[in-house]
Amino acid sequence: MSGMPEISYNFAYLDEQTKRMIRRAILKAIAIPGYQVPFAAREMPMPYGWGTGGVQVTAAVLGPDDVLKVIDQGADDTTNAVAIRGFFEKTAGVATTTATTQASIIQTRHRIPETALAENQILVYQVPIPEPLRFLEPRETETRQLHALAEYGLMHVKLYEDIARHGHIATTYAYPVEVAGRYVMDPSPIPKFDNPKMDDCPALQLFGAGREKRIYAIPPYTTVRSLDFEDHPFKVQRFAKPCALCAATGVYLDEVILDDKGGRMFVCSDTDHCNTRQAQGHRGEMAAPAGEAA
Amino acid sequence: MQTQELARGFADPVLEAQGAFRAAMWALSRPGQPQELTTELVPPAPLSPEAAALALALCDYETPVFLDAALAAERAVADFLRFHTGAPITEDPGEARFAIIANPMELLDFSQFSPGSPDFPDASTTLILQVAGFAGHGFMLEGPGIKGRIGFGATPLPGDFPARMAANRALFPRGVDLLLAGAGQVAGLPRSVAVKGA
Repeated sequence: MSGMPEISYNFAYLDEQTKRMIRRAILKAIAIPGYQVPFAAREMPMPYGWGTGGVQVTAAVLGPDDVLKVIDQGADDTTNAVAIRGFFEKTAGVATTTATTQASIIQTRHRIPETALAENQILVYQVPIPEPLRFLEPRETETRQLHALAEYGLMHVKLYEDIARHGHIATTYAYPVEVAGRYVMDPSPIPKFDNPKMDDCPALQLFGAGREKRIYAIPPYTTVRSLDFEDHPFKVQRFAKPCALCAATGVYLDEVILDDKGGRMFVCSDTDHCNTRQAQGHRGEMAAPAGEAA
Repeated sequence: MQTQELARGFADPVLEAQGAFRAAMWALSRPGQPQELTTELVPPAPLSPEAAALALALCDYETPVFLDAALAAERAVADFLRFHTGAPITEDPGEARFAIIANPMELLDFSQFSPGSPDFPDASTTLILQVAGFAGHGFMLEGPGIKGRIGFGATPLPGDFPARMAANRALFPRGVDLLLAGAGQVAGLPRSVAVKGA
């Protein structure tokens, strides 16, 4: 159709004033590790809950030389990850990858990759509810004051009540952490299995909550401590079996239901890690025999 | 009436602003480790190209900018910043979101700037200090972003700089954040860093 103006976007979709506003929030977030900086989140061309906060942080940080990886629960090939990767391919023309080691920016929904992150990498988390105290105290004015006073007794009461009811701390995801000895922070709904990876991590970790309009950060090499008690120390979940496809141990596994007779398998939640291991020749008990692999 | 030619801004506002921001972001993420910041800006003296690049990348109508005496004495500096960023120039350092300091030896006490409030520590001034370079390791730095501890030096800085930074650190989570702009480089000293004289 001749005469139709071609629709084009500013680099990485956001206008420059929006980027500056987000960038200033990111700088303050880095200077005050774990503190939630309010920012004027914009409407994005995707619904709330699909990573609008993470997308805005990525758009503000992204440059033309970046290589972007997007994961949703560890997987590169799920709807949310594919859509966001396509969004930045279209609006910024950046290179994308599924390999953790190749990426300069990794936007994630609810997982930290199994492969250790490196300096110069940026991990951008999509955050639904940034306030760790929200379900304990609904009023923003109150939670803000609790953070100002570093008054985190409520959170310890919650963890204690877990122990009183269940005999152990039953919080398994979005497990609260203390950052650099000061702010208690919600690590987004990552499994607590991933919490230890945040501590002393060489990469920069940025968190964006679009609906709640908050940005927070953990600089590289920062102490991140999962809250616990002396007699109930923080522990991560263990899996009885290795990954059924790549035989990896010490990784986070997803349960896959196979039939209606109780058949199931456990496989790596991190698809890049699993594929890389299979390519190296590692075979789990349910992997296709070598040579038959698709 | 005399007209003066206005120095130009970024040739590519989108990518150059992104580059300057990324340098500042890594600078604050890795306190005391200078990051590369190249720019072709030729701002009116005594505003340095690197400080100008940071200002153009980060300032706009939402961020009152304070200029130190050396910069305020040259009208062309305020005109340059006003035209390219739209930022209001303020004479009240306590109201400024950014302060640009061309002469660090006559740096105002940090208490003159905004440290933010306990509820909103992010509502604080970011200081952009123009330095000649990052020589020596006169200070030891520790804190978030630093593996162990590292040496850091920049010139010129006032003699009581470690004491000022210690007073700033004591306010945490309130406090001011520093971006030190040297030739082709920018280093960050966020409020979270502990600075000790070596």
